[in-house]
Amino acid sequence: MALDGANDGMVQLLTPEGQLVEHPDFSYQVDDAEAREWLRQMVLGRRFDIEGTALQRQGEIGLWPPLLGQEASQVGAAAAVHPKDMVFPTYREHAIALSLGVEPAEMLSLWRGTRVGDWDSEVRRFGLYTMVIGAQTLHATGYAMGLQLDGMVGNPEPDRNAAVLAFHGDGASSQGDVNEAYVFAASYSAPVVFFCQNNQWAISEPITRQSKIPLYQRARGFGFPGIRVDGNDVFAVKAVTEWAMERARQGQGPAFIEAFTYRMGAHTTSDDPSKYRLAAETEHWKLKDPIERVIAFLRRRNAVDDGFFTQLDQEADDFGAAVRDACKQLTEPDMSEIFDMVYAEQTPWLNQQAEEYASYAESFDVESGSHS
Amino acid sequence: MTTMTLGKALNSGLRRALDADPKVLLCGEDIGKLGGVFRITEGLQKDFGEHRVIDSPLAESGIIGTSIGMALRGYRPVIEIQFDGFVFPGFDQIVTQLAKFHFRSHGRSRMPVVIRIPFGGGIGAIEHHSESPEAYFSHTPGLKVVACSTAQDAYWMIQQAIASDDPVIFLEPKRRYHEKSEVDTERVPMALHQAAVRRHGSDITLLTYGPMVKTCLEAATIAAEEGTSIEVVDLRTLSPMDMVTIFESVRRTKRAVVVHEAQRSFAVGAELSARLTEELFYVMESPVLRVTAYDTPYPMSRVESEYLPSVDRILGTVDDSLAY
Ligand SMILES: Cc1ncc(C[n+]2csc(CCOP(=O)(O)OP(=O)(O)O)c2C)c(N)n1
Ligand SMILES: [Mg+2]
Repeated sequence: MALDGANDGMVQLLTPEGQLVEHPDFSYQVDDAEAREWLRQMVLGRRFDIEGTALQRQGEIGLWPPLLGQEASQVGAAAAVHPKDMVFPTYREHAIALSLGVEPAEMLSLWRGTRVGDWDSEVRRFGLYTMVIGAQTLHATGYAMGLQLDGMVGNPEPDRNAAVLAFHGDGASSQGDVNEAYVFAASYSAPVVFFCQNNQWAISEPITRQSKIPLYQRARGFGFPGIRVDGNDVFAVKAVTEWAMERARQGQGPAFIEAFTYRMGAHTTSDDPSKYRLAAETEHWKLKDPIERVIAFLRRRNAVDDGFFTQLDQEADDFGAAVRDACKQLTEPDMSEIFDMVYAEQTPWLNQQAEEYASYAESFDVESGSHS
Repeated sequence: MTTMTLGKALNSGLRRALDADPKVLLCGEDIGKLGGVFRITEGLQKDFGEHRVIDSPLAESGIIGTSIGMALRGYRPVIEIQFDGFVFPGFDQIVTQLAKFHFRSHGRSRMPVVIRIPFGGGIGAIEHHSESPEAYFSHTPGLKVVACSTAQDAYWMIQQAIASDDPVIFLEPKRRYHEKSEVDTERVPMALHQAAVRRHGSDITLLTYGPMVKTCLEAATIAAEEGTSIEVVDLRTLSPMDMVTIFESVRRTKRAVVVHEAQRSFAVGAELSARLTEELFYVMESPVLRVTAYDTPYPMSRVESEYLPSVDRILGTVDDSLAY
């Protein structure tokens, strides 16, 4: 069975051609300044991603999972996140990370292998990247339960409330952890929104390997609403995510968003998609580009001129250069750090190993004058 | 004799097992069209079909649990876990179900399931991609645990593991996938649960397995130039361990150093140390020493070469043992 996003009640507010469309439940209150800002964030997100891939090719980082094609899903979602909310990402959420203020260097250090988790997630409101598929959905649900216990849900004053946005992929929807997260979230009416970027692929496996029905329809069986949104339409993603997050903040429980999008690039820089998918499919999705449609929209409204694009290009170039610099300037880790990272309270046994390592490293320095 | 990479040898061994027995099935994430992220199953789906080389949903507990069911129907599932760090969502099914089925059924149910795990570090990977989880499995009664280190072993051991009526955790040294060596595809070289003396020596025995075999052989070559004769024993099988070969070697050299990538505590080295002490206490001239990773999570890749046992650390520990 084909899961074609055009059917299945997918929420779309901006067509690939950049035309606004009516939807009975959701709408976009046109605000040119806001649309320009989202365009900017998508352009910078894409630029960051291109730099990431290039840095891997140049051997500056070990691996990079490209987000190409998923800019609208992430920037649209970021626009619905309030300062007290919390986001739990997978490993591909570079654009929302940037939008929430995570520094490029903080992200690159993981992929360069100089740090394991670099940003302060409480400050950034953005959890650490999680490589083990689906694990973060349970953490997100527990965090939401904590917000609930702290009385941060359902208050009459909106800014006392908060909710959690939990990212996962289409492949992840098969994991036990993810399904358990749905059960817990439903059972406690936890203020968590599951944001599934259905980019159609889990490495080489198409979505049909994971699900015989559209993913958003699964939510109903768990007891909360599921909705499919055009993940390449930043207006629709923003509107739907805002709706779901606001419901959660008000105490109406979890929701599931299926952002219907496409992974335009390889799974990671180690992957070769030509082994398992047709170039024609990628070509087809190119026509639905998330950035082009906003440009078309703004141009049609005369809300941008050439000067705007010259400036945006310049900003992206400067940003790209800054990203490359930041990567190359990441400090090399010192092996001795790792012994202090394991426990809140150091153990004598590990301390002994730290000392053993230190004297080993020192003897080596003395013998050969260097070690690396 | 033909020369093959370790990865290609696994591929050929799997192919031969699929050919030999229609009950053999491969299951795992991305093992079909893609041939697995390490290409170990490359071409097998094309030749044996989607029903025998099965791309599974992204769920390790599901993969292992359903393999148990298939084993109950007489199939012989061979599972690929994509990376060592991703076996844990399936840990419950392995430890509480797969390992115990034979016992729980008073021996009526056999579990000829093989779980292939690319393991170990040294490839510059991000977190969860460089783990050495063998102690968890070796600690679990009901599981057999083996680790190959050469193309020859990869080719034969995978077939022997598949032929085993017990569940086998099959550890593949991923950083050695691309290393070539000779494979004799005609003659079964040795039994699955046997250790191999890779280099004969008389002063001290290095006990190791998987990716560290090569590192130990390098250390032995350097030591030989300095007049120290190191024997290198490739354990090959961690559970059961081939104590005959191990005791025979250490009885001769009177000294043993265990080398593994896994963290030090409660690991294979600890078990070997205990068994050697129990059996050869009066024979040995020095305590069993260990060269292992430190007891921290696997660190950021930029320090992994210092975290993992190196030729230098091995030779330093050999000196410590000899000076004892
Ligand atoms: C528990 C676990 N199993 C396997 C993997 C290997 N792996 C990494 S990404 C991936 C596919 C994920 O697909 P999806 O959830 O759709 O996310 P996407 O990569 O498309 O963003 C797999 C199988 C893993 N990281 N964790
Ligand atoms: Mg996906």
